Amino acid sequence: MGKTARYVVGRVLGAALSLLAVAFIGFFLFRVLPGDPVRTMTEDQAVSLEQLEALRAEFGLDQPLWQQFVDYVVQLAHLDLGTSFQYRGAESVAGLIGEKLLPTILLVGTATIISAVLGLWLGVRSGWRNGSVSDRVNTGVALTLWSVPTFWLGLMLIIVFAAGLGPIPDIFPAGGMRDPNVTGWALVPNVAMHMVLPVTTLVAVVYAQYLLVMRSSLLDEMGSDYLLTARAKGLRDAAVRRRHAVPNALLPTVTLIAIDLGGIVAGTILVESVFSWPGLGNMFYEALKVPDLPLIQGLFIFFSASVILMNLLADLVYPLLDPRVRR
Amino acid sequence: MNWSSFGHGSSSTSPAADPAATRPRSTRWAVGILAAALAAIGLVATLPGGAPSPAAASEESGEEPTTLTVGVVDPTVDSLNPFTSIYSTPTQIHRLMYDYLTMYSAEDATPTEGLAEDWEFSEDGLTWTYTIRDDSTFSDGEPVTADDVAYTYNTIMEDDSGAMANSSYLDNVESVTATDEHTVEIKLARPSASMLAIDIPIVPEHVWEQVENPGDFSNEDEYPIVGNGPWILTDYQRNESLTLEANEDYWRGAPGFDRLVYRFYKDGDAVVEALRKGEVSFVSGLTTLQAQALENEQDIVVNEAVGKRFAGLTLNPGAEAKNGESIGDGNPALRDPEVRTAILHAIDREAVAERVYSGKLEPSGSYIPSRYADYHWEPDESEIIAYDPDEANRILDEAGYARGDDGIRVSPDGTRLTLRQYVHSDIPEYLQIAKFMEEWLAEIGIEVETTPSDDIGGFLDSGEFDILFTGWTVNPDPDYIFSIQTCDVRPAEPGESYQTDSYMCDPAYDQMYAEQKTELDPDARAEIVQDMQQELYEHGVVIIFGYPDMLEAYRTDVIEEGSPQTQPAENGNIYGQDGYWGWWSAQPAGSGGGSGDDDSMSPVAVGVGVGAVVVVVVGGFLLMRRRSATAGQRE
Repeated sequence: MGKTARYVVGRVLGAALSLLAVAFIGFFLFRVLPGDPVRTMTEDQAVSLEQLEALRAEFGLDQPLWQQFVDYVVQLAHLDLGTSFQYRGAESVAGLIGEKLLPTILLVGTATIISAVLGLWLGVRSGWRNGSVSDRVNTGVALTLWSVPTFWLGLMLIIVFAAGLGPIPDIFPAGGMRDPNVTGWALVPNVAMHMVLPVTTLVAVVYAQYLLVMRSSLLDEMGSDYLLTARAKGLRDAAVRRRHAVPNALLPTVTLIAIDLGGIVAGTILVESVFSWPGLGNMFYEALKVPDLPLIQGLFIFFSASVILMNLLADLVYPLLDPRVRR
Repeated sequence: MNWSSFGHGSSSTSPAADPAATRPRSTRWAVGILAAALAAIGLVATLPGGAPSPAAASEESGEEPTTLTVGVVDPTVDSLNPFTSIYSTPTQIHRLMYDYLTMYSAEDATPTEGLAEDWEFSEDGLTWTYTIRDDSTFSDGEPVTADDVAYTYNTIMEDDSGAMANSSYLDNVESVTATDEHTVEIKLARPSASMLAIDIPIVPEHVWEQVENPGDFSNEDEYPIVGNGPWILTDYQRNESLTLEANEDYWRGAPGFDRLVYRFYKDGDAVVEALRKGEVSFVSGLTTLQAQALENEQDIVVNEAVGKRFAGLTLNPGAEAKNGESIGDGNPALRDPEVRTAILHAIDREAVAERVYSGKLEPSGSYIPSRYADYHWEPDESEIIAYDPDEANRILDEAGYARGDDGIRVSPDGTRLTLRQYVHSDIPEYLQIAKFMEEWLAEIGIEVETTPSDDIGGFLDSGEFDILFTGWTVNPDPDYIFSIQTCDVRPAEPGESYQTDSYMCDPAYDQMYAEQKTELDPDARAEIVQDMQQELYEHGVVIIFGYPDMLEAYRTDVIEEGSPQTQPAENGNIYGQDGYWGWWSAQPAGSGGGSGDDDSMSPVAVGVGVGAVVVVVVGGFLLMRRRSATAGQRE
């Protein structure tokens, strides 16, 4: 019991420490970004000197850096991420993240589930029959898609399936999450249609890593004695694979999926941009251009926290899945 | 049976030997996937959405409202509060939602009636009296009166939170009073030529007086937003769309479309595809290539409008703060007017127009674009500083800038003529012009080192540059654009805030700037404004290449071809006007209405799409289950 408790406490403490480090790095990392937020925001606008100075004061940019840092830490201690520079109509950075979290989870969640299922399934098939034609085709296709630039792939899908090319009809939308002014249950098919191309792009680019990890960990298990035993006691090939080999080979992929769930939230910036998906990645890109410091810091902390928490979760769940770790 | 085969999988195709053993597992999978799908559907259904209220007219007739959908690339809506919003998209939307005291005409962007139908000023030019029209009502039925104007202006002048966006228009104003229901009196400290160019949306007092700090109010919570413009804002989804409904009672007449939607895209190529497929019916900000590709499309017309922006560069004139301290390290040779004149002679604007912009730039060396016909100046034969490298070389030779061994000139006091040029890394045309600059100046013995940067403003801050690219949108009233080249807007001391775009300081220019500011006779002011452009042209610190065309395109199966009023009337633009003319005048294509549903997918298409996805997913899943079920389970 003591051992388990120590394990859990150690992991939780480690995660908390990482979070703290992120919060501190978050402040300084983005202060070195080139660009003056006030200048970007007032670019091409007829503003007076008084207005420029009022904006600087409102953003706290007229304060010395150490003062800004102290304000930031005090704010953070109150779990307040501050107010965005550019989205001044929004209440707070936390509110903005809350507002755009749902679209990102919808997109990323769907894509992750599909790529995990697809990748693991193909990985098992490839690993079990490694060296076969289907293995080589599988891994070849996956690796090719993996190396394709996301932005380019997205744009190609838009040109072919959104605008329509030759006999291919233009059934899918060119961007956005929904058509304006669609509400209620009509939203479900509408959003589903808008999801098809971005999800396809994400899956195409991402599923290879599941496939490869699954394939290689299955290969590791292939020569194991317990498989020989299983076969010796008369199990059919499919049963040996499913009941014995796959569960053992699945373990490393659990960690991978957990890390991915956290990290992919941040990794959709490109997909969200090319498909104009109104999520967090999209907003991060907007914030970087200004730079909208409170929003960037808030998103950075949020993205990092989700990776750290998912890792923690994987660490905590792992012993439950694998008795060997418990011992 | 091949249960004993090692290494390779079963190739048996016999049906599932033991369905009872496989079913629970399949069922578990199915339940899991179903649960995930339901969860996703639940998520979607909770998405916030506006309550669409179809325009009254079409609701009565039971028809789909006609919709004009505009695809906008990468807009930012900082705030929908007219007191605080400074970005261009919300500012444009405010022009649709609220009336302004005066407007800019569609014909030539000169002042015309807005909420004020008439105005006069006292002999000393210090008191302006505006007559407010009596046929304008807010969308909640309240009449618009002089009190609303006085409330709006006074809030900006007196309430700190209300000052952010528009206080500069009222810098010179002493008081604003509603002397009766339809008369507003504005008293000034000094006479001002810009009293018909106050770009401030007039908000309803009865709504806003209930707000404690008008500047902190978001104005994006309760729809529709009460206004009196030709359009009423009914919905806003951040980073997605803005929806406006026609104001059927607008005093100038109702707009042609029932509904106007701004749909946000992140990517310029994606929005072009959206136009092609009819997801949007209007796009602007096209590149030359995009415009050329769209010109051949059926049902799409391209509108090529004269530019509203100048593209140019500034030479560091020896940057100084107002207190005389120098800023940065500009090459001292550029302080010599002869060197600047030589550089002017080395620049070939025709090459910029033809070879960089494929003809879609109007070459000109003057500051105010030709679309403002009253103000625009062109040099005549005797005044022109033409492209003439020989003349440039002659000037430099005569002024004592001798060529060194490597062909690069050295100034009489020994400074080598090497110029550091900084150019916007995200504007491809500027990058090309920068290359030309290197070639042109090499011909006259000046070396140019180019650095692309995404923070050009940083170099202006530090003064550590010799050549800096620049570009500004020019408003119908030229006061502001001229102000940024005066001595007075330089930083008070190094490190302070500033508005200068060039560190130029030319007393003759400043003198004229002050004169035009108070000249109330439009013709006399235009004359001064033209002289100022000549002074800028000859001074050679601010060098203009010309005005890039504005390229936009729309679908003629949705918008009646030629119906959107451009500004100016000849070769003008539709999107981004100083006014609402384009959207207000646009008519649905064909008789009695365009295909308003063009931007939404037909139920059939949706069904096909969703069906296809379901078939693929379920089919793949079943296939997988079937294959593994071919071998029985025995343990």
